[in-house]
Amino acid sequence: MTPRKYLVLAGVTVFSAAGDSLLSVGMKQIGGIPLHDFRHLLLAILNPWVAGGILLLIAFFASYTSALSWADLTYVLPASSLGYVLIAFIARFGLHEQISVTRWIGIALITSGVGIVAGGPSLTPPHPVVRSAAPIPSSAASRGKP
Amino acid sequence: MKLHYAWAAIAVIVIASTAGDVLLSRAMKQVGDVGERWRRSGLVSVIARVLRNPNFIFGLLAMSAAFYSLLFGLSWGDVSLIAPASASLTFVANAVAARFILHERVDGRRWAAALLVAAGVVMMAI
Repeated sequence: MTPRKYLVLAGVTVFSAAGDSLLSVGMKQIGGIPLHDFRHLLLAILNPWVAGGILLLIAFFASYTSALSWADLTYVLPASSLGYVLIAFIARFGLHEQISVTRWIGIALITSGVGIVAGGPSLTPPHPVVRSAAPIPSSAASRGKP
Repeated sequence: MKLHYAWAAIAVIVIASTAGDVLLSRAMKQVGDVGERWRRSGLVSVIARVLRNPNFIFGLLAMSAAFYSLLFGLSWGDVSLIAPASASLTFVANAVAARFILHERVDGRRWAAALLVAAGVVMMAI
């Protein structure tokens, strides 16, 4: 795991939380959309909050797929769930909303789950008998460049 | 009856998003480390390689199916049931699928994490 890779994982967390928040603000401004009428859904994109949220969710998808290119699914998924925790902290300290005790417990559970996975390896060998293979060079080539 | 519809929607969401995650993960493992590939052959070639991967396309379709099932589910049931139930069950289903389909080594540490995160999602919703 290089600093660049931790940055991509941070992107997964931040972009998902920020994208969902912007979408939620925008959709509340627009109001209820009837599910059978897709024109309303298309018009929703004109709302700047919704447009910004979609851009951020595209950024989330880009960082999510690039993380999956060098890390296990079971390693990346907890990072994406940290977004819930980030949203809760923004709501508490940015928007001064009240957070219930059960929510704080939920935050603690998610954070401890992420901590447990982050302490382990990011990529496990796909087959049980691969130990004789050459060790994976940890992007030593990139570090050699100026 | 509405509750049956809500749980049916939850089941579809969990199955579709797990299939999507597994397919995307498999696709990106086939593509290889995108950071290194970007440095070697440029961003356009990385994107072209990702978009040509059939697993990626099917993964994207499964993700869209999950998203639309979520929209329909939300029209039948409460967001406070559907969102956390589908999110937390997806975590557990993904751990199972990663172990048996992707053959990731899901050790005790990762099982515990999947269950902790799933429980945390439920707690945040109630």
